[in-house]
Amino acid sequence: MPQFTDLLFYAFAGLTLLFGFLCVANPLSRNPVTSAMFLVLTIISMAGLFVLLHAFFLAAVQILVYAGAVMVLFLFVIMLLDLKEEDRRKLNKTAVGLGSLAVLGLAGVLVRAMLAAKPVIAAGSKPVEGSTKELGRILFESYLLPFEILSILLLVAMVGVILLSKKELK
Amino acid sequence: MDAHATQQVAEAGSKYQDLAWMVLASPLICGAGSWFLSRRLRGLTAGFNIAGVLLSLVLGVILFGISGDHPLAATAFHWLPIPGLDLTIGLQIDRLSSLMALVVTAVASLVMIYSTGYMHDDRSYSRFFCTLSLFVFSMLGIVLADNLMMIFVFWELVGVSSYLLIGFWHERPAAGDAAKKAFLSNRLGDFGFLLGILIVWAATGTLNLAELSAKFGANPSILGSMASIAGLLVFMGAMGKSAQFPLHVWLPDAMEGPTPVSALIHAATMVAAGVYMLCRVFFLYTAPGAWPAPLDFLGGLGAGTIIGYIGGFTALLAALIAVQQNDIKRILAYSTLSQLGYMVMAVGLGAQLGTPASGMYHLVTHAFFKAMLFLGAGSVIHACHHEQDIWKMGGLWKKMPKTFWTFVIGTAALAGLPPFSGFYSKDEVLVTALEVNPVLFVIAVLVAILTTFYMVRLVVVAFLGEARSESASHAHESPTVMTWPLLILAVPSVALAWLPLGEFIGSALGGHGHGHGAAHTAVEKYPVGILPLIENLSNGVNGALFGPFNHNALAAMMGLFAVLIGSSLAWTCYGKASSDPLPKTLGGWARLLKGRFYFDEIYSGVFVPLHDFAGAVADWIDRWIIAGLGIRGLHGSVELVGRALRLVQSGNLQTYTFLFAAGLAVVAWFTLR
Amino acid sequence: METGLPHYLIVSALLFSLGLLGVIARRSLLVMYMSLELMLNAANLALVAFSRFNQNLNGQVMVFFIITVAAAEVAVGLALIVALFRKRQTSHVEDLASLKL
Repeated sequence: MPQFTDLLFYAFAGLTLLFGFLCVANPLSRNPVTSAMFLVLTIISMAGLFVLLHAFFLAAVQILVYAGAVMVLFLFVIMLLDLKEEDRRKLNKTAVGLGSLAVLGLAGVLVRAMLAAKPVIAAGSKPVEGSTKELGRILFESYLLPFEILSILLLVAMVGVILLSKKELK
Repeated sequence: MDAHATQQVAEAGSKYQDLAWMVLASPLICGAGSWFLSRRLRGLTAGFNIAGVLLSLVLGVILFGISGDHPLAATAFHWLPIPGLDLTIGLQIDRLSSLMALVVTAVASLVMIYSTGYMHDDRSYSRFFCTLSLFVFSMLGIVLADNLMMIFVFWELVGVSSYLLIGFWHERPAAGDAAKKAFLSNRLGDFGFLLGILIVWAATGTLNLAELSAKFGANPSILGSMASIAGLLVFMGAMGKSAQFPLHVWLPDAMEGPTPVSALIHAATMVAAGVYMLCRVFFLYTAPGAWPAPLDFLGGLGAGTIIGYIGGFTALLAALIAVQQNDIKRILAYSTLSQLGYMVMAVGLGAQLGTPASGMYHLVTHAFFKAMLFLGAGSVIHACHHEQDIWKMGGLWKKMPKTFWTFVIGTAALAGLPPFSGFYSKDEVLVTALEVNPVLFVIAVLVAILTTFYMVRLVVVAFLGEARSESASHAHESPTVMTWPLLILAVPSVALAWLPLGEFIGSALGGHGHGHGAAHTAVEKYPVGILPLIENLSNGVNGALFGPFNHNALAAMMGLFAVLIGSSLAWTCYGKASSDPLPKTLGGWARLLKGRFYFDEIYSGVFVPLHDFAGAVADWIDRWIIAGLGIRGLHGSVELVGRALRLVQSGNLQTYTFLFAAGLAVVAWFTLR
Repeated sequence: METGLPHYLIVSALLFSLGLLGVIARRSLLVMYMSLELMLNAANLALVAFSRFNQNLNGQVMVFFIITVAAAEVAVGLALIVALFRKRQTSHVEDLASLKL
């Protein structure tokens, strides 16, 4: 008998894939804004999957950073560039066909491998609990140096973006 | 021999080795070293180069003095040790090579000293001396080398340095052409030389001269049916360097080089190389003649006999041409050709006597008096502001007495007047010819008459009578630095043959030289070396002076007779002449002689179109077969593939992504299967 | 059937393929960029699943880092797109074929 969490998994997984598909290949609209909105939905449903995997902190970060900050940035740029052009252009049928074929092949190969796989999980051990406290401890003990380097990376990205956004590149 | 004595010999040998290497290396080191001096330090450059050659000369004298009965080998290192062929760089010091080294360095150093005067105003003064040093080094390499491959290497080096020297005034097109002509004619001969070397190597498995000599001594017909062919092919090398018919055409043109260069090339170095080399590999010619199957009809005709005929023919041809030349240097050039023909003939005929001594003897005496004649001609040209036509000279004997008298001595020596050295060596050649081949003896006497004729003509027209041009009337004696070498060279020109030199060469070459008189017996009694040479001097002088008449009176009388006939003929024709009377009396013949039998025209009429045709065929093959099918086919197919692959490079990001995804799918398929 | 690691991995693989399809098929640079984000998220999902079933929090830390780097990357990437648009007046990949010689 399927447990409630299993049902939730199927629901979130289905939603994730559906929204992902609509984001990438919406048959009704090719407007970038629509794509962006569906991406937000994909990310939110994926946060649900994270919760099912007991990664609560990551689920929160996913929604805050991705659905919040990153997607706002995307929408902001879409508005800024006023992108309507793709709608007016015809779809390249061969490109779409060949692309789908390659992607389907790849997906098929991957899924087939997953189905055949027998993951080895140590017997009797319980799945790990991703509590925020535990994660924070690891982050600031074992991964302190990468964490600090990451802050420098963000700084560099910031400087880079400012430089790129200046009117005249010299 | 006990151990102690062996060790002593070995120690002495190692000392000789260093000495021998020094003889070879000092011109190269000094020449190369002075190359780095500033061009403005002209005197220093010249001094440096002269010092190099003089050092070589002094060491050569020591080497000559201590070279004993046994040849000393100085092998320094293995150059290319290939299984079956061990190419070494080594020296072989025996009497022949040490004598020749002496001749080369003696003439070269005098020529270099002379050049400081002759080339004084030349722009490329330093280059001249450096190249001269290179030339001397190359020649010494041929002389001292102990194996055929090394001889060949230095043979080519002589070719290159002669190219540089003949074309020294390269801004004159004629000089450049002459240099090219000399180089190419030589290359033609060298090709045969190399083939000959390869045949010898294939048959004997060694290129070392001493080993070859031993092998040929043990088995004279070791080359089998290739004996005569190999001999002739090796002779081709000499044909190029010593300018024998039909490769003689380069030598007269080589007069485009500076006169000291002509003196060096024509006296002691380049042209002597061919004759010397024939003496060095003489064992090739003493072998009985044999031919491969298709040429069986030639029977036992030896290479030596053919060489003898070629030499005799060249001698006659060149002497005839010399009669009608008006350029002072050209006359001397053709006389060199003619004398070289003599030497080659003597060497070739010597094959049947078992020794090339007479040819070698003539080579040594000729080196000195011909160098002197050329330097004298240079002195005249220098004095007459580079006027070379003898009909525009005249009356020079009062103005330049030193040049005149040395020139007369040289003429007497070349014509073969006793007691000048040329008489004795020429007599040896005549004796050889008389003993072996009467036909060639007649030719040789004819050549002797012609030689005297054209030399007396030269002296009478150029030096006697009245000045026939402005430049000749203003001529004056050359500076001391140019006259001294002439005077020094006059000594051996006169007196070289008073020493028992012929006997020395005879013993150096190992055969039974047919020396004559007292000197001959004296040498047989005592071992030859520098000290016994001096001991025997009193006996030797007497014996040598009158030897020819005692030994073979017919040859000696014919030689003397030729001188008398030639000089009296020349005197009657030119004694009072202000222009050449021969063209009128001889008509077309004179024109033929003046045109040098039109060899150059025949060659350019026959060989140039042939060569062009072969070139056109080769060009067609190269253009259509090799470049067309081979290269262009290859490049075409590569380009086709490239064009096909370029279609993939659309520049479209998404095409790349698609290819990437497809590739990823394939890789995943293989790894995850 | 109880949900295990394979289930999550299949979802991750499919999501990754969808992202790849978007990169290949869509012409707008912005949408391609979103598709890239989708692929990145698919990888995140796989990492979190591995972390969960391997009794090891390192995977989650990795995802945390990835999200941070992705944020930085999005900022720089969008700035590049804006700069490109300013220069070429297009954000359509077919107009941006200057890689071709």
